[in-house]
Amino acid sequence: MTDTRHHPSEATLMAFAAGALDEGLALVVSCHLVSCPACRALVAEGEMIGGALLDSSQPAPLADDALSRMMARLDEPEPPPPPATDGNAPAWMPAPLARQMNALHGPSWAAQARRSLGWRWLAPGVRQLSVMRRTRGGGTARLLSIAPGTTLPHHDHGGLELTCVLDGAFHDERALYQTGDVAELEPDTPHQPVAEGNHPCLCLIANEQPTRFSGLVGRLTQPLIGF
Amino acid sequence: MSQPDPAGDAGSDWSALLVAVGQRRDRAAFARLFAHFGPRLKSYLMRLGAQPNQAEDVVQEAMLMVWRKAHLFDPQRAEAATWLFTIARNRRIDLLRRDGRGGPAASLPWEDNLPDPVDETPLPDERLDQTRQAEQVRRAIATLPPEQAQVVHLSFFQEMAHGAIADHLDVPLGTVKSRLRLAMKRIRQGLGKDTFGKDTLAEETLPDPPPTGA
Repeated sequence: MTDTRHHPSEATLMAFAAGALDEGLALVVSCHLVSCPACRALVAEGEMIGGALLDSSQPAPLADDALSRMMARLDEPEPPPPPATDGNAPAWMPAPLARQMNALHGPSWAAQARRSLGWRWLAPGVRQLSVMRRTRGGGTARLLSIAPGTTLPHHDHGGLELTCVLDGAFHDERALYQTGDVAELEPDTPHQPVAEGNHPCLCLIANEQPTRFSGLVGRLTQPLIGF
Repeated sequence: MSQPDPAGDAGSDWSALLVAVGQRRDRAAFARLFAHFGPRLKSYLMRLGAQPNQAEDVVQEAMLMVWRKAHLFDPQRAEAATWLFTIARNRRIDLLRRDGRGGPAASLPWEDNLPDPVDETPLPDERLDQTRQAEQVRRAIATLPPEQAQVVHLSFFQEMAHGAIADHLDVPLGTVKSRLRLAMKRIRQGLGKDTFGKDTLAEETLPDPPPTGA
Protein backbone atom coordinates (compact mmCIF):
# COMPACT_ATOMS: atom_id res chain seq x y z
CA MET A 1 0.00 0.00 0.00
CA THR A 2 1.36 3.37 -0.84
CA ASP A 3 -1.71 5.36 -0.01
CA THR A 4 -2.42 4.65 3.61
CA ARG A 5 -4.90 7.13 4.95
CA HIS A 6 -4.49 6.92 8.68
CA HIS A 7 -1.11 7.66 10.13
CA PRO A 8 0.55 7.94 13.52
CA SER A 9 0.44 11.51 14.81
CA GLU A 10 3.43 13.72 14.18
CA ALA A 11 4.05 13.69 17.92
CA THR A 12 4.34 9.90 17.79
CA LEU A 13 6.65 10.03 14.78
CA MET A 14 8.81 12.58 16.58
CA ALA A 15 8.96 10.37 19.68
CA PHE A 16 9.92 7.47 17.41
CA ALA A 17 12.73 9.49 15.85
CA ALA A 18 13.91 10.54 19.30
CA GLY A 19 14.02 6.93 20.48
CA ALA A 20 11.48 7.84 23.15
CA LEU A 21 8.76 5.45 22.07
CA ASP A 22 8.28 2.23 23.98
CA GLU A 23 9.48 -0.63 21.79
CA GLY A 24 6.07 -2.18 21.13
CA LEU A 25 4.78 1.14 19.87
CA ALA A 26 8.00 1.56 17.89
CA LEU A 27 7.41 -1.81 16.23
CA VAL A 28 3.94 -0.71 15.10
CA VAL A 29 5.36 2.53 13.71
CA SER A 30 8.09 0.57 11.89
CA CYS A 31 5.50 -1.66 10.26
CA HIS A 32 3.61 1.40 9.07
CA LEU A 33 6.77 3.09 7.77
CA VAL A 34 7.41 0.18 5.41
CA SER A 35 4.43 1.26 3.35
CA CYS A 36 4.31 4.99 4.08
CA PRO A 37 6.94 7.22 2.43
CA ALA A 38 5.32 10.36 3.85
CA CYS A 39 5.82 9.17 7.44
CA ARG A 40 9.35 8.01 6.62
CA ALA A 41 10.09 11.54 5.49
CA LEU A 42 8.73 12.91 8.77
CA VAL A 43 10.84 10.47 10.78
CA ALA A 44 13.88 11.50 8.74
CA GLU A 45 13.16 15.10 9.68
CA GLY A 46 12.88 14.10 13.32
CA GLU A 47 16.28 12.44 13.02
CA MET A 48 17.69 15.65 11.57
CA ILE A 49 16.44 17.40 14.68
CA GLY A 50 18.25 14.78 16.75
CA GLY A 51 21.41 15.35 14.74
CA ALA A 52 21.16 19.11 15.16
CA LEU A 53 20.60 18.78 18.91
CA LEU A 54 23.50 16.36 19.19
CA ASP A 55 25.83 18.61 17.26
CA SER A 56 24.92 21.64 19.32
CA SER A 57 25.26 19.80 22.64
CA GLN A 58 27.72 21.32 25.07
CA PRO A 59 30.61 18.82 24.86
CA ALA A 60 31.20 16.79 28.03
CA PRO A 61 34.92 15.99 28.32
CA LEU A 62 35.74 12.33 27.94
CA ALA A 63 38.08 10.39 30.23
CA ASP A 64 41.76 10.82 29.43
CA ASP A 65 42.13 7.31 28.10
CA ALA A 66 38.89 7.37 26.08
CA LEU A 67 40.57 7.78 22.70
CA SER A 68 43.22 5.12 23.29
CA ARG A 69 40.57 2.71 24.63
CA MET A 70 38.49 3.42 21.56
CA MET A 71 41.29 2.92 19.07
CA ALA A 72 42.27 -0.34 20.76
CA ARG A 73 38.78 -1.69 20.19
CA LEU A 74 38.60 -1.09 16.47
CA ASP A 75 40.10 -4.46 15.66
CA GLU A 76 37.73 -6.42 17.87
CA PRO A 77 36.01 -9.11 15.85
CA GLU A 78 32.49 -8.16 14.86
CA PRO A 79 29.69 -10.21 16.33
CA PRO A 80 27.92 -12.38 13.76
CA PRO A 81 24.91 -10.68 12.17
CA PRO A 82 21.53 -11.79 13.47
CA PRO A 83 20.26 -14.79 11.53
CA ALA A 84 18.13 -13.89 8.55
CA THR A 85 14.52 -14.99 8.36
CA ASP A 86 14.08 -18.22 6.48
CA GLY A 87 11.88 -16.71 3.80
CA ASN A 88 8.76 -18.45 5.03
CA ALA A 89 7.21 -15.43 6.68
CA PRO A 90 3.63 -14.89 5.55
CA ALA A 91 3.20 -12.36 2.76
CA TRP A 92 1.19 -10.02 4.93
CA MET A 93 3.90 -9.73 7.55
CA PRO A 94 6.04 -6.58 7.23
CA ALA A 95 9.79 -7.05 7.54
CA PRO A 96 10.16 -5.36 10.94
CA LEU A 97 7.63 -7.75 12.46
CA ALA A 98 9.23 -10.73 10.72
CA ARG A 99 12.57 -9.73 12.25
CA GLN A 100 10.95 -9.39 15.64
CA MET A 101 9.40 -12.87 15.31
CA ASN A 102 12.77 -14.13 14.20
CA ALA A 103 14.43 -12.70 17.27
CA LEU A 104 11.75 -14.05 19.57
CA HIS A 105 11.29 -17.55 18.18
CA GLY A 106 14.47 -18.23 16.20
CA PRO A 107 15.02 -18.10 12.46
CA SER A 108 12.90 -21.11 11.61
CA TRP A 109 9.75 -19.86 13.29
CA ALA A 110 7.88 -19.33 10.05
CA ALA A 111 8.40 -22.91 8.95
CA GLN A 112 6.91 -24.24 12.17
CA ALA A 113 3.26 -25.01 12.37
CA ARG A 114 1.51 -21.72 12.96
CA ARG A 115 -0.21 -23.22 15.97
CA SER A 116 3.04 -23.78 17.79
CA LEU A 117 3.81 -20.10 17.74
CA GLY A 118 1.22 -19.71 20.41
CA TRP A 119 -1.89 -18.30 18.78
CA ARG A 120 -4.34 -18.28 21.63
CA TRP A 121 -8.08 -18.09 21.73
CA LEU A 122 -9.07 -14.74 23.15
CA ALA A 123 -12.77 -14.43 22.49
CA PRO A 124 -15.18 -15.90 19.93
CA GLY A 125 -13.66 -15.13 16.53
CA VAL A 126 -10.56 -13.56 18.00
CA ARG A 127 -7.11 -15.11 18.41
CA GLN A 128 -3.99 -13.43 19.62
CA LEU A 129 -0.27 -14.02 19.34
CA SER A 130 2.19 -12.22 21.56
CA VAL A 131 5.08 -10.87 19.50
CA MET A 132 7.12 -9.30 22.26
CA ARG A 133 7.98 -9.98 25.82
CA ARG A 134 6.81 -7.24 28.07
CA THR A 135 8.71 -4.16 26.99
CA ARG A 136 11.14 -2.14 29.00
CA GLY A 137 8.43 0.43 29.62
CA GLY A 138 5.96 -2.28 30.61
CA GLY A 139 4.05 -2.19 27.34
CA THR A 140 2.97 -5.03 25.10
CA ALA A 141 2.72 -5.84 21.43
CA ARG A 142 0.52 -8.55 20.02
CA LEU A 143 -1.05 -9.76 16.83
CA LEU A 144 -4.77 -10.13 16.70
CA SER A 145 -6.66 -12.15 14.15
CA ILE A 146 -10.29 -11.08 14.08
CA ALA A 147 -12.84 -13.07 12.11
CA PRO A 148 -15.02 -11.13 9.66
CA GLY A 149 -17.92 -9.40 11.32
CA THR A 150 -16.53 -10.03 14.78
CA THR A 151 -16.70 -7.20 17.24
CA LEU A 152 -13.92 -6.91 19.78
CA PRO A 153 -15.03 -6.45 23.35
CA HIS A 154 -15.46 -2.80 24.16
CA HIS A 155 -12.26 -1.73 25.78
CA ASP A 156 -10.38 1.15 27.21
CA HIS A 157 -6.73 1.63 27.92
CA GLY A 158 -4.63 3.76 30.19
CA GLY A 159 -1.77 4.48 27.81
CA LEU A 160 -1.36 5.25 24.15
CA GLU A 161 -2.49 2.44 21.85
CA LEU A 162 -1.27 2.03 18.28
CA THR A 163 -2.77 -0.47 15.87
CA CYS A 164 -1.47 -1.19 12.40
CA VAL A 165 -3.69 -3.18 10.06
CA LEU A 166 -1.53 -5.85 8.40
CA ASP A 167 -4.25 -7.57 6.42
CA GLY A 168 -7.95 -6.97 5.94
CA ALA A 169 -9.70 -4.05 7.54
CA PHE A 170 -11.64 -2.97 10.59
CA HIS A 171 -13.77 -0.05 11.57
CA ASP A 172 -14.50 1.50 14.90
CA GLU A 173 -16.61 4.42 16.01
CA ARG A 174 -14.27 6.84 14.28
CA ALA A 175 -13.12 5.48 10.95
CA LEU A 176 -12.40 2.60 8.60
CA TYR A 177 -8.85 1.30 8.80
CA GLN A 178 -7.36 -0.68 5.94
CA THR A 179 -4.10 -2.46 5.30
CA GLY A 180 -1.18 -0.26 6.28
CA ASP A 181 -3.32 2.21 8.23
CA VAL A 182 -2.54 3.07 11.82
CA ALA A 183 -5.16 3.82 14.43
CA GLU A 184 -3.70 5.95 17.19
CA LEU A 185 -5.80 5.99 20.29
CA GLU A 186 -5.27 8.39 23.11
CA PRO A 187 -5.30 7.04 26.62
CA ASP A 188 -8.78 6.53 27.98
CA THR A 189 -10.38 6.50 24.55
CA PRO A 190 -12.79 3.61 24.52
CA HIS A 191 -13.31 1.97 21.18
CA GLN A 192 -14.90 -1.09 19.70
CA PRO A 193 -13.26 -2.42 16.54
CA VAL A 194 -15.28 -4.54 14.10
CA ALA A 195 -13.56 -6.63 11.42
CA GLU A 196 -14.64 -5.80 7.87
CA GLY A 197 -14.77 -7.81 4.69
CA ASN A 198 -14.76 -11.56 4.30
CA HIS A 199 -11.40 -12.66 5.56
CA PRO A 200 -9.84 -12.22 8.97
CA CYS A 201 -8.43 -8.86 9.92
CA LEU A 202 -4.86 -9.12 11.14
CA CYS A 203 -3.63 -6.26 13.27
CA LEU A 204 -0.54 -5.51 15.24
CA ILE A 205 -1.50 -3.74 18.44
CA ALA A 206 0.83 -2.18 20.98
CA ASN A 207 0.18 -0.34 24.20
CA GLU A 208 2.41 1.63 26.40
CA GLN A 209 2.26 0.96 30.06
CA PRO A 210 -0.83 2.47 31.54
CA THR A 211 0.58 5.21 33.72
CA ARG A 212 -2.56 6.76 35.05
CA PHE A 213 -5.50 5.17 36.67
CA SER A 214 -8.81 6.91 36.58
CA GLY A 215 -9.89 5.76 40.01
CA LEU A 216 -11.60 2.59 41.06
CA VAL A 217 -14.12 2.62 38.26
CA GLY A 218 -11.41 2.94 35.66
CA ARG A 219 -9.50 0.10 37.19
CA LEU A 220 -12.51 -2.14 37.37
CA THR A 221 -13.29 -1.51 33.75
CA GLN A 222 -9.78 -2.44 32.70
CA PRO A 223 -10.72 -5.12 30.24
CA LEU A 224 -10.32 -8.75 31.06
CA ILE A 225 -8.40 -9.28 27.88
CA GLY A 226 -5.57 -7.12 29.03
CA PHE A 227 -5.68 -4.17 26.69
CA MET B 1 29.11 23.52 9.84
CA SER B 2 29.11 23.59 13.58
CA GLN B 3 30.39 25.91 16.19
CA PRO B 4 34.10 26.11 16.89
CA ASP B 5 35.38 23.24 18.84
CA PRO B 6 38.05 22.93 21.51
CA ALA B 7 39.90 20.44 19.38
CA GLY B 8 40.24 23.06 16.66
CA ASP B 9 38.00 21.13 14.33
CA ALA B 10 35.89 24.05 13.24
CA GLY B 11 35.02 23.73 9.61
CA SER B 12 35.84 20.05 9.44
CA ASP B 13 33.84 18.16 6.92
CA TRP B 14 32.50 15.39 9.11
CA SER B 15 30.77 13.70 6.22
CA ALA B 16 34.02 13.46 4.30
CA LEU B 17 35.71 11.98 7.38
CA LEU B 18 32.95 9.40 7.73
CA VAL B 19 33.34 8.48 4.08
CA ALA B 20 37.10 8.12 4.61
CA VAL B 21 36.41 5.76 7.50
CA GLY B 22 33.90 3.79 5.46
CA GLN B 23 35.97 3.49 2.33
CA ARG B 24 39.52 3.33 3.62
CA ARG B 25 39.23 2.38 7.28
CA ASP B 26 40.97 5.68 7.94
CA ARG B 27 41.90 5.64 11.63
CA ALA B 28 43.06 9.23 11.74
CA ALA B 29 39.71 10.35 10.34
CA PHE B 30 37.93 8.19 12.90
CA ALA B 31 39.99 9.70 15.72
CA ARG B 32 38.93 13.18 14.65
CA LEU B 33 35.29 12.13 14.51
CA PHE B 34 35.66 10.63 17.97
CA ALA B 35 37.25 13.81 19.31
CA HIS B 36 34.37 15.90 17.99
CA PHE B 37 31.34 13.68 18.50
CA GLY B 38 32.45 11.63 21.52
CA PRO B 39 32.06 14.48 24.01
CA ARG B 40 28.78 15.54 22.41
CA LEU B 41 27.43 12.02 22.58
CA LYS B 42 28.48 11.82 26.21
CA SER B 43 26.65 15.05 26.91
CA TYR B 44 23.55 13.79 25.09
CA LEU B 45 23.64 10.50 27.01
CA MET B 46 24.09 12.23 30.36
CA ARG B 47 21.10 14.42 29.62
CA LEU B 48 19.20 11.18 29.07
CA GLY B 49 20.09 10.24 32.63
CA ALA B 50 23.28 8.17 32.21
CA GLN B 51 25.99 8.41 34.84
CA PRO B 52 29.34 9.66 33.46
CA ASN B 53 30.87 6.16 33.45
CA GLN B 54 27.88 4.61 31.75
CA ALA B 55 27.82 7.44 29.24
CA GLU B 56 31.50 6.84 28.43
CA ASP B 57 30.77 3.15 27.85
CA VAL B 58 27.86 3.87 25.55
CA VAL B 59 29.95 6.43 23.66
CA GLN B 60 32.52 3.69 23.08
CA GLU B 61 29.85 1.24 21.95
CA ALA B 62 28.16 3.77 19.69
CA MET B 63 31.43 4.91 18.12
CA LEU B 64 32.42 1.29 17.58
CA MET B 65 29.19 0.91 15.58
CA VAL B 66 30.13 4.05 13.67
CA TRP B 67 33.46 2.43 12.79
CA ARG B 68 31.78 -0.78 11.69
CA LYS B 69 28.92 0.79 9.80
CA ALA B 70 30.66 3.76 8.24
CA HIS B 71 30.63 2.01 4.85
CA LEU B 72 26.83 2.34 4.93
CA PHE B 73 26.97 6.10 5.39
CA ASP B 74 25.78 7.96 2.33
CA PRO B 75 26.44 11.70 2.43
CA GLN B 76 23.71 12.18 -0.17
CA ARG B 77 21.14 10.83 2.26
CA ALA B 78 22.14 12.15 5.64
CA GLU B 79 24.36 14.63 7.32
CA ALA B 80 27.08 13.19 9.55
CA ALA B 81 25.53 14.41 12.84
CA THR B 82 22.13 13.01 11.88
CA TRP B 83 23.59 9.66 10.94
CA LEU B 84 25.62 9.52 14.15
CA PHE B 85 22.54 10.42 16.14
CA THR B 86 20.62 7.46 14.70
CA ILE B 87 23.52 5.08 15.34
CA ALA B 88 23.85 6.25 18.96
CA ARG B 89 20.10 6.18 19.54
CA ASN B 90 19.84 2.61 18.27
CA ARG B 91 22.92 1.40 20.12
CA ARG B 92 21.74 2.91 23.36
CA ILE B 93 18.30 1.31 23.10
CA ASP B 94 19.88 -1.98 22.12
CA LEU B 95 22.12 -1.92 25.19
CA LEU B 96 19.23 -1.02 27.47
CA ARG B 97 17.25 -3.94 26.14
CA ARG B 98 20.13 -6.32 26.64
CA ASP B 99 20.49 -5.14 30.21
CA GLY B 100 16.82 -5.56 30.87
CA ARG B 101 16.67 -9.11 29.55
CA GLY B 102 20.08 -10.50 30.32
CA GLY B 103 20.28 -11.85 26.81
CA PRO B 104 20.88 -10.73 23.29
CA ALA B 105 18.51 -8.04 22.15
CA ALA B 106 15.66 -8.81 19.88
CA SER B 107 15.52 -6.94 16.64
CA LEU B 108 15.39 -3.23 16.95
CA PRO B 109 12.35 -1.58 15.43
CA TRP B 110 14.39 1.50 14.64
CA GLU B 111 17.02 -0.36 12.70
CA ASP B 112 15.14 -0.91 9.58
CA ASN B 113 17.16 -0.45 6.45
CA LEU B 114 14.07 1.24 5.19
CA PRO B 115 14.16 2.72 1.75
CA ASP B 116 15.20 6.32 1.59
CA PRO B 117 12.07 8.33 2.24
CA VAL B 118 13.21 11.02 -0.12
CA ASP B 119 13.50 8.61 -3.01
CA GLU B 120 9.85 7.74 -2.97
CA THR B 121 8.28 10.87 -1.66
CA PRO B 122 7.13 13.19 -4.39
CA LEU B 123 8.50 16.29 -2.77
CA PRO B 124 8.63 19.28 -5.04
CA ASP B 125 12.05 20.34 -3.90
CA GLU B 126 15.13 18.76 -5.30
CA ARG B 127 17.19 17.13 -2.68
CA LEU B 128 18.92 19.90 -0.87
CA ASP B 129 22.48 19.56 0.06
CA GLN B 130 22.40 17.67 3.37
CA THR B 131 24.70 20.08 5.11
CA ARG B 132 22.53 23.00 4.11
CA GLN B 133 19.44 21.18 5.28
CA ALA B 134 21.03 20.44 8.62
CA GLU B 135 21.95 24.09 8.96
CA GLN B 136 18.36 25.08 8.25
CA VAL B 137 17.08 22.61 10.83
CA ARG B 138 19.47 24.06 13.39
CA ARG B 139 18.30 27.55 12.62
CA ALA B 140 14.65 26.53 12.81
CA ILE B 141 15.20 24.83 16.19
CA ALA B 142 16.94 27.92 17.50
CA THR B 143 13.94 30.08 16.64
CA LEU B 144 11.22 27.81 18.02
CA PRO B 145 8.93 29.44 20.54
CA PRO B 146 10.01 28.35 24.03
CA GLU B 147 7.04 26.07 24.68
CA GLN B 148 7.70 24.22 21.43
CA ALA B 149 11.44 24.03 22.03
CA GLN B 150 10.70 22.60 25.45
CA VAL B 151 8.65 19.64 24.17
CA VAL B 152 11.25 18.95 21.47
CA HIS B 153 14.01 18.90 24.08
CA LEU B 154 11.99 16.70 26.42
CA SER B 155 11.40 14.24 23.57
CA PHE B 156 15.04 14.02 22.58
CA PHE B 157 16.85 14.58 25.85
CA GLN B 158 14.55 13.10 28.47
CA GLU B 159 13.34 10.20 26.34
CA MET B 160 9.81 11.18 27.13
CA ALA B 161 6.87 10.05 25.10
CA HIS B 162 4.16 12.66 24.90
CA GLY B 163 2.10 11.18 27.70
CA ALA B 164 5.06 11.53 30.05
CA ILE B 165 5.73 15.05 28.81
CA ALA B 166 2.12 15.98 29.50
CA ASP B 167 2.45 14.64 33.04
CA HIS B 168 5.80 16.34 33.50
CA LEU B 169 4.57 19.76 32.34
CA ASP B 170 1.12 19.25 33.81
CA VAL B 171 -0.57 20.23 30.58
CA PRO B 172 -3.15 18.27 28.58
CA LEU B 173 -1.82 15.61 26.22
CA GLY B 174 -3.44 17.45 23.31
CA THR B 175 -1.35 20.52 24.09
CA VAL B 176 1.88 18.50 23.99
CA LYS B 177 0.94 16.86 20.72
CA SER B 178 -0.04 20.12 19.16
CA ARG B 179 3.17 21.83 20.27
CA LEU B 180 5.19 19.00 18.74
CA ARG B 181 3.15 19.22 15.59
CA LEU B 182 3.69 22.96 15.35
CA ALA B 183 7.41 22.54 16.03
CA MET B 184 7.73 20.00 13.23
CA LYS B 185 5.70 22.21 10.93
CA ARG B 186 7.99 25.12 11.61
CA ILE B 187 11.09 23.01 11.05
CA ARG B 188 9.63 21.67 7.83
CA GLN B 189 8.91 25.20 6.70
CA GLY B 190 12.53 26.00 7.52
CA LEU B 191 13.43 23.27 5.06
CA GLY B 192 11.17 24.86 2.48
CA LYS B 193 8.73 21.98 2.53
CA ASP B 194 4.98 22.25 2.59
CA THR B 195 2.94 20.36 5.08
CA PHE B 196 2.09 16.90 3.86
CA GLY B 197 -1.55 16.59 2.99
CA LYS B 198 -2.11 13.73 5.35
CA ASP B 199 -5.54 12.91 6.60
CA THR B 200 -4.37 12.69 10.16
CA LEU B 201 -3.29 16.29 9.97
CA ALA B 202 -6.49 17.42 8.36
CA GLU B 203 -8.48 15.48 10.92
CA GLU B 204 -6.49 16.82 13.83
CA THR B 205 -9.04 18.08 16.24
CA LEU B 206 -6.70 18.94 19.06
CA PRO B 207 -6.89 22.56 20.01
CA ASP B 208 -3.80 24.62 19.40
CA PRO B 209 -2.32 26.06 22.55
CA PRO B 210 -3.04 29.70 23.15
CA PRO B 211 -0.28 31.91 21.76
CA THR B 212 1.14 32.52 25.20
CA GLY B 213 1.27 28.83 26.07
CA ALA B 214 -1.14 26.94 28.25
